[in-house]
Amino acid sequence: MTNSIEEIEHTDLILAIGTNTTENHPVIGAKVKKAVRSHGAKLIVIDPRDIALTGYADIWLRQRPGTDVAVLNGLMQIIISEDLYDRDYVAARTEGFAELKKTVARYTPEYVEKISGVKAEDLGRAARMYATAGKAAILYCMGMTQHVSGTDNVKSIANLAMLCGKVGIEGGGVNPLRGQNNVQGACDMGALPDVFTAYQKVAVAEQREKFSRAWGVPLPAKPGLTVVEMMHGATEGTIRGMYIMGENPMLSDPDLSHVESALRKLDFLVVQDIFLTETAKLAHVVLPSACFAEKEGTFTNTERRVQRVRKAVSAPGEARADWEIITGLANRFGYPMQYAGPAQIMEEINSLTPSYGGITCSRIEKEGIQWPCPSPDHPGTKFLHGDKFTRGLGLFHAIDYREPAELPDDEYPLLLTTGRVLYHYHTGTMTRLAKGTSERCPESLVEINPQDADRIGIESGKMVVVSSRRGRVTAKAAVTSRSPEGVVFMNFHFREAAVNLLTNPALDPIAKIPEYKVCAVRVEAA
Amino acid sequence: MEEKIRITIDGREVTANPEQTILEAARENGIFIPTLCQYADTTNVGACRVCVVEVEKARTLVASCCMPVSAGMVVRTDTKAVRDAQRMIVELLWASGDHNCLVCEKNGNCELQDLVYWLGIEKPRFPIESPGYEIEKTNSMIVRDLNKCVLCGRCVRACNEIQVNEVLDFSLRGSRAKVGPAFDSDYIASECYFCGECVDACPVGAITFAQARFGGRPWELEKVRTTCTYCGVGCQLDLNINKGKIVKVTGNRDYGPPNQGSLCIKGRFAMDFVQHPDRLQRPLIRKNGELTEATWEEAYDLIARNLSAIKEEHGPDSIAGFASARCTNEENYLFQKFMRAVIGTNNVDHCARL
Repeated sequence: MTNSIEEIEHTDLILAIGTNTTENHPVIGAKVKKAVRSHGAKLIVIDPRDIALTGYADIWLRQRPGTDVAVLNGLMQIIISEDLYDRDYVAARTEGFAELKKTVARYTPEYVEKISGVKAEDLGRAARMYATAGKAAILYCMGMTQHVSGTDNVKSIANLAMLCGKVGIEGGGVNPLRGQNNVQGACDMGALPDVFTAYQKVAVAEQREKFSRAWGVPLPAKPGLTVVEMMHGATEGTIRGMYIMGENPMLSDPDLSHVESALRKLDFLVVQDIFLTETAKLAHVVLPSACFAEKEGTFTNTERRVQRVRKAVSAPGEARADWEIITGLANRFGYPMQYAGPAQIMEEINSLTPSYGGITCSRIEKEGIQWPCPSPDHPGTKFLHGDKFTRGLGLFHAIDYREPAELPDDEYPLLLTTGRVLYHYHTGTMTRLAKGTSERCPESLVEINPQDADRIGIESGKMVVVSSRRGRVTAKAAVTSRSPEGVVFMNFHFREAAVNLLTNPALDPIAKIPEYKVCAVRVEAA
Repeated sequence: MEEKIRITIDGREVTANPEQTILEAARENGIFIPTLCQYADTTNVGACRVCVVEVEKARTLVASCCMPVSAGMVVRTDTKAVRDAQRMIVELLWASGDHNCLVCEKNGNCELQDLVYWLGIEKPRFPIESPGYEIEKTNSMIVRDLNKCVLCGRCVRACNEIQVNEVLDFSLRGSRAKVGPAFDSDYIASECYFCGECVDACPVGAITFAQARFGGRPWELEKVRTTCTYCGVGCQLDLNINKGKIVKVTGNRDYGPPNQGSLCIKGRFAMDFVQHPDRLQRPLIRKNGELTEATWEEAYDLIARNLSAIKEEHGPDSIAGFASARCTNEENYLFQKFMRAVIGTNNVDHCARL
């Protein structure tokens, strides 16, 4: 997030696009609702599904899944043509406006309505409301990113926010809401194929040499493979060995049949986890690890706040903390890794990571610090891009709408979109073991619009078969107008109805994120 | 900024902001006034009247949580009239419910019990008449015993004003008044999202954690502050530990950002996995096609041997590693260091995209 969670409550307008935040980050969802109910903030929701937040919204734009660039360009077209944009901000802080203006000019409300189904009149109201609000925060999530146009979607959001001068101010910004406890931290720590910590590039000699000196070995310059590319590599035989720490690609990755055959082809697979997951069952060696309540360390939340994790109970049996397992393994390879504990590892991180330079364990004992925090006397950073952008001027990207990779046709006439529900988390490894959450949500449901259900001849509570070009699953139908006509929604928490057997592994060309939010399916009574 | 004003509380002259209540001004100056229904960050409703004080020239006692200060105001918090009124209120509350501390989870951490003790009440002067509601045990997360409810409304305000879930409200009137979801249904049959905010807000034993029942008295529990393991909000929470086990999860409003004490169903009620019998306890090695238990030494040896052989034969880029958005910063840092410095490849990624 460019800004902070607490700012959401006190801003003038919230634009939530592609985020079902009341279910995925309920405490942030509560702040959005509180901003509306208690502080009079305006709320615009842009989402194909009738999520809980639409009940609090001043305006709800219900676009067809995958048409977000058209909608965002449409908003900008109106804002520019009605001269509602922030001329001073655009002139002083950005570049590329002329190209943007030229591209979005084609996205008239009528044209956008044709692509997205959003009524021209509603688009105009939303554009005016956003542009004329004092402070306005955009919240987004996987509904934006899990598309082949994911990068385009995010750039379009940034375009809109910069156009109206709403980045670099308190209560504003472009705010991705992170779905996993430490996905921000894992990225910050360089658990990515092209960067070391704090996004220092492996391909840049100077940065590589810095790490090479600190670690005492020469380091490879060629960026590595992303998750989905690793699976392709395993299938093709270029990847022979794999070490998986605390992930369950056998439920979370797209096109699962392919993932399973890829993992089975490996010469050697090591899985380190707290349970014998679907992935661990395929391993040659399984290492038992301690969970969050059994170890010390830090997580970095969605607003860049680094916070302490503390040991409350002992790990079961001989299970060890992941950091202990890694150091043990490194030592076995003849590379010495000696740390007294996570605090000492953090010291090494501090020394190599400019944005974490001043975030020491003792400083965050009581309250977490938000990076960038370059030195021990720096207070941390509540919102980013205050005076200037990281690259200097904010760059507008002129972007055209592109269709999703697979759209419904005669054979697979419905569009499947996927996500989480409030009561479960990711692949369900943890939440499905809890009595309470399972009581509230014991099984996977296929949310389908009443019109479609009528046509197919199915009703709530009856089992249905959902099939795509890649696979088929059986689950219970929930007939509901939460889903628009032509769209079905499923969650990915249940291995019994593993929705990723159906999803399309088509990737965004830059971010390499799979298009979980759109694929074509057929639904039939089971 | 508005000018500060001067008021007198219990003979002490203190300064206050004009928009403050008497209660806020008193607290800021270290003067104790008891409360029950007052709950920070929600509307002051003055429902319980436990916080009454005497204000010179006022017609009656006033609820200090609702009365704004004004210049020259003279307040007394400890007169006989104030104490008599507080005793009457607390005795009526006591007598109107089943406040039996013997079997109450809140014993030792109950605001009504504290008030009774602070006021030195031996027993209420009225006969105890519990309303006789059935205890709600229809879900595995939250138990409601409305016989212990003091109708302070903190659960209602927590639900509507803090979590904005808009599930709870008052229903019926007078001595039959009660709190709960619409149509007098139980929690599980209602729209309730089980965030548990009402449990943390309840000052007495009316709304308690089902799984913590008989799991440990308040003074036996060790609270360990940590960061939630679920979504990216990073809620700060207290794991309540008794005899090495997590008994319950509570919010703590003193911890401040990012969640100000609020939690959701996952952080609150989905920690069963930590102590689940299916947790992996020992390394496993595949022998004759089966995963069988092994020592750490055997597991490390096997990994080092096999990965070294693959690296030797096919080069370091034939090995790939998945780090984890579930693990700590320190662990992710070491993992990418291991892949890059020990294996010698940049093939390291995690599920940020999934």
